[in-house]
Amino acid sequence: MIERRPFVQKILKNRQTNLRVVSGLGTSTWDVMSGGDDKANFGFIGAMGQAIPFSLGLAMSQPDLRILLFTGDGDALMSLGSIATVANHPVTNLTIMVMDNESYVETGSQPTATAGKTDLEIVAKGSGIANSYTINSEKDYDRIIKTIYEEEGPSLVVAKCKAKATPLVFPYSFDGSVSINRFMSTLKS
Amino acid sequence: MEVAIKDWRNDIYKVFKELDITMVSHVPDAGHTPLINLCEKDNEIDVVTLTTEQDGVGLSCGAFAGGRKSALLMQSSGVGNCINALALPNICRIPFLTLVSMRGEWGEFVPWQVPMGLGTPKVLEAMDVKVFRADYKEEVGSTVDAAARFAFNTNRSAAVLLSQKMIGAKQFKNG
Repeated sequence: MIERRPFVQKILKNRQTNLRVVSGLGTSTWDVMSGGDDKANFGFIGAMGQAIPFSLGLAMSQPDLRILLFTGDGDALMSLGSIATVANHPVTNLTIMVMDNESYVETGSQPTATAGKTDLEIVAKGSGIANSYTINSEKDYDRIIKTIYEEEGPSLVVAKCKAKATPLVFPYSFDGSVSINRFMSTLKS
Repeated sequence: MEVAIKDWRNDIYKVFKELDITMVSHVPDAGHTPLINLCEKDNEIDVVTLTTEQDGVGLSCGAFAGGRKSALLMQSSGVGNCINALALPNICRIPFLTLVSMRGEWGEFVPWQVPMGLGTPKVLEAMDVKVFRADYKEEVGSTVDAAARFAFNTNRSAAVLLSQKMIGAKQFKNG
């Protein structure tokens, strides 16, 4: 099981300039922020379930960049259908990393479907995302980096994480218009 | 807009081209089919078929962040699926445009369509979406043009309700 926060920080530490990062609401946004403020990140703090379709739209609009989404199993489970949409409108530059701690950790660690019988790697494969795999250890760092920057997407990586609450690390602003405008300032339209 | 040409869906397509709308997502409805077909034939427009309407909200916002304008096409029954997702364009001040083919109003055959048909303008307005409405073919082009300009110029959400009177109420036959 992976310690999610240091792992996310490690992935972001030596980031390349062509990477743009989106994070799904809650813990994923705090995780990304814990690696330091960067205008090239956009974090959801609400609109649960919308991070995957948002990232698809972004990836379609910026084909020369690499788009990495960090999101939780709860967020992904809310829009399983969007995984099918990603598969059928393929974008080669999108990696979805589901930080799967098998629980709604922010609300009291109630188990999610992935604590039960649901396997998001199989869901992604069945939806048509061929490049989907599960990692259980930080040792798979190199494989992840290759997927993010080099492999033909879309890719969906399930990172099995420890279910433990981590400190909240707030983003630059809670105002979405501030966040999106900062993020957009890093993009050429 | 000039005089409406044969099919009012052509007038919507003209607005898309004029305003550089290059991504169109939808959960299909018969009322939108001629427009979807026009967009699919256009190499400059990406057509994304969704599994649920709410994903079109996020898709549209991500596309805009990346520099592309888009529109979501759906039936009134899909509006309810979008409610919480509409927080995203609202809080981010991202322009959002949707065109809604109405059911559950003029000559409806299926009672199941009535609740969401009646609720459609109310729930959109409850989420701060500016609601425009076209009842006649002649006003479709100008209404979609106005709604799109409202959305993209003021960074707000706008919906055009396309009336069932105009689309035509489907009458079902058993067997």
